[in-house]
Amino acid sequence: MDFTLDEEQEALRDAVRGLLKGYDPSVDAERRRQVTAEDPGYDESLWARLAEMGLLGLPFAEADGGMGAGPIEVAIVCEEIGRVLAPEPYVASVVLAGGLVAELGTDDQRSELLGKLAAGEALLAYADGAIAEPVVQGARADTVVWNVDGEVFVGPRPDGVTGYRTHDGGRAARLELDRAAVTPLGTGGDASEAVALVTARARIAACHEALGAMDAALQMTTSYLTTRKQFGVTLNRFQALTFRAADLYTALELTRSMVTWATLVAAESGDPDEIRTASARAALQTARAGRLIGQEAIQLHGGIGMTAEYAVGHYTSRLTAITHWLCDPREQLGVLSAALADHTVLDPLA
Amino acid sequence: MRLRLTDEETAFREEMRTFFTTEVPQDIRDDIAAGRHIGKDAYVQTMRILNAAGLAVPNWPVEWGGCDWTPLQRHIWHEEMQLACVPPPLAFNANMVGPVIANFGSQELKERFLPATANLDIWWAQGFSEPNAGSDLASLTTRATRDGDDWIVNGQKTWTTLGQHADWIFCLVRTDPTAERKQAGISFLLFPLDSPGVTLRPIELIDGGHEVNEVFFDDVRVPGDLLVGEVNQGWSYAKFLLGNERVGVAPVGATKRSLAQLKRHAEQLDRLDDPLVAARFVEIENELLALELTALRVVAHSADGKPHPASSVLKLKGTELQQAVSELAVDLAGPLSLATGSSSVPEWTALATPTYLNLRKASIYGGSNEIQRQIIAGTILGL
Repeated sequence: MDFTLDEEQEALRDAVRGLLKGYDPSVDAERRRQVTAEDPGYDESLWARLAEMGLLGLPFAEADGGMGAGPIEVAIVCEEIGRVLAPEPYVASVVLAGGLVAELGTDDQRSELLGKLAAGEALLAYADGAIAEPVVQGARADTVVWNVDGEVFVGPRPDGVTGYRTHDGGRAARLELDRAAVTPLGTGGDASEAVALVTARARIAACHEALGAMDAALQMTTSYLTTRKQFGVTLNRFQALTFRAADLYTALELTRSMVTWATLVAAESGDPDEIRTASARAALQTARAGRLIGQEAIQLHGGIGMTAEYAVGHYTSRLTAITHWLCDPREQLGVLSAALADHTVLDPLA
Repeated sequence: MRLRLTDEETAFREEMRTFFTTEVPQDIRDDIAAGRHIGKDAYVQTMRILNAAGLAVPNWPVEWGGCDWTPLQRHIWHEEMQLACVPPPLAFNANMVGPVIANFGSQELKERFLPATANLDIWWAQGFSEPNAGSDLASLTTRATRDGDDWIVNGQKTWTTLGQHADWIFCLVRTDPTAERKQAGISFLLFPLDSPGVTLRPIELIDGGHEVNEVFFDDVRVPGDLLVGEVNQGWSYAKFLLGNERVGVAPVGATKRSLAQLKRHAEQLDRLDDPLVAARFVEIENELLALELTALRVVAHSADGKPHPASSVLKLKGTELQQAVSELAVDLAGPLSLATGSSSVPEWTALATPTYLNLRKASIYGGSNEIQRQIIAGTILGL
């Protein structure tokens, strides 16, 4: 078992980090707030640069206009997005909606839709249900991939959709399916297995986004503890605070192990059930750690952590969003409870 | 990045699994599986079986019986042993005094003690903690003074685990009370527990068991050649030893096994379908997986045998989860958990509460979990 990145993967991470550094609160404290204040809630010129770098086609086959990369590379991108809370809808549009097109689409659909997605010319959204809400970027998307009870359709965004701002600075909308305006994605019929698999991959990617956010929130917090003074000393002189930071580190590292493992399962396993279970495990761990780190990061900052001007509270908001969108812990508990009797012990090395 | 074991690693794991499940007597493994305390004979018998196969002290230098293994192989050995309910080699011998003698002892000490230590011909006790030196170990006051070539030891040690079985003790003693730093005047001394002037007194614990002892030293005479390494350098040997203690201190395999057994009990009681019960199993099982994966990461990044600072994470979380499983057992047993003296209730329910009470120790020994948080905050987070 090897959890380290190779040189190419490190280079990818550094390149993505460089591209997103404008959002880093230590580089520009205002940038993210400015971008999320105006519709569509993300930076379309940055989206175009992500396309130029090939990131919007990263997981898709080269024949479809993609880069042919795998879950590890996607994970690297998502972690960097999470680290600076970049509001670009990468997981929703590329990994989830694009992933469904890649998994189910006909040659023509893949070439058309993924080609435009990868080029930054069309934004995809994913709608879960004939009446779906909240659909991430549902009012801005050019094309919507619909999952209606396991049957998957694709079509242009319905007319007259008004979106709204979500608590984490993102955008969402309520979408209603017009059957006359959509066509089946691929051959049609029940595609619930494919939907579950692609959702599992997107869930793991979302965990990585959360992991990047948790890592940054903890760093922000430890840095605050070593600089902020009260009672004439820096806060790290108070053991009641440093011990809590130690618990956050423990939660972060356990999550890093689990989420990385799930990515390796997604990359190496040929068994969709294994990938779905791994995604549920990663999501449950991420949801628990995300809540702990999100809450404690604010608490250890004190009042400043409550202000919109300071970044740490936005991390808490975003972590809450991620862990209830694709990583909802109640759902994961249900999935994992049902499988409890299937094994005696868990064996990650099997 | 790579998920699976290599073919060689898989074969190694299979070899370990086969050995542990076929060579170690079933009755000993049954006792461990049921959560019963095992006696001295079971420890000795098991360690001799392991030693005969060259598997008792893989962490030692090869010339003294160690194995030239990768950190991952050592991890697999340790996990498979726990999963197979094999009592691990006695820690005082295999992980504590053995490596100290092998690394810092004279050739004469090595020849005299290492083979007997690996074979559990000598059962060692640990003489570190004192009534006023627990987490603050360097405050110890047991002293050894020169008398010709000999040392005369006076003072008291405590929490001496399984001291009632022990033949010898390795002891931290103050040999220079005038040293400016309290860490500076400490030496590492070996002597037999049947030496005149040694008194051992049992401490009864909250589970009713006798696991630890107090040891008193009243003018105990120790020959000078039983001092390991250099005089007044004992603290550095102790730190080396405590570093080894923290490696493998997260009993992942044993906790996984306990949880699996508990799951079977819950199934037999038709409780696993209860969402309130199932959710607790899922949460613990998931965290245990995260812990095991973290242990594998730490193993992969342990350079030259030194423990990764993140091994504190393993100790902290590992003992919390070990305790969480014991709590779940008490909760599943419910009112039957009170029937500790009964022979008519299922054995696991009668053992649940004593085990739960006993395991409160896990977050205290091996560097208390507060010490581990201190290490994480200071060494890793720079706080």
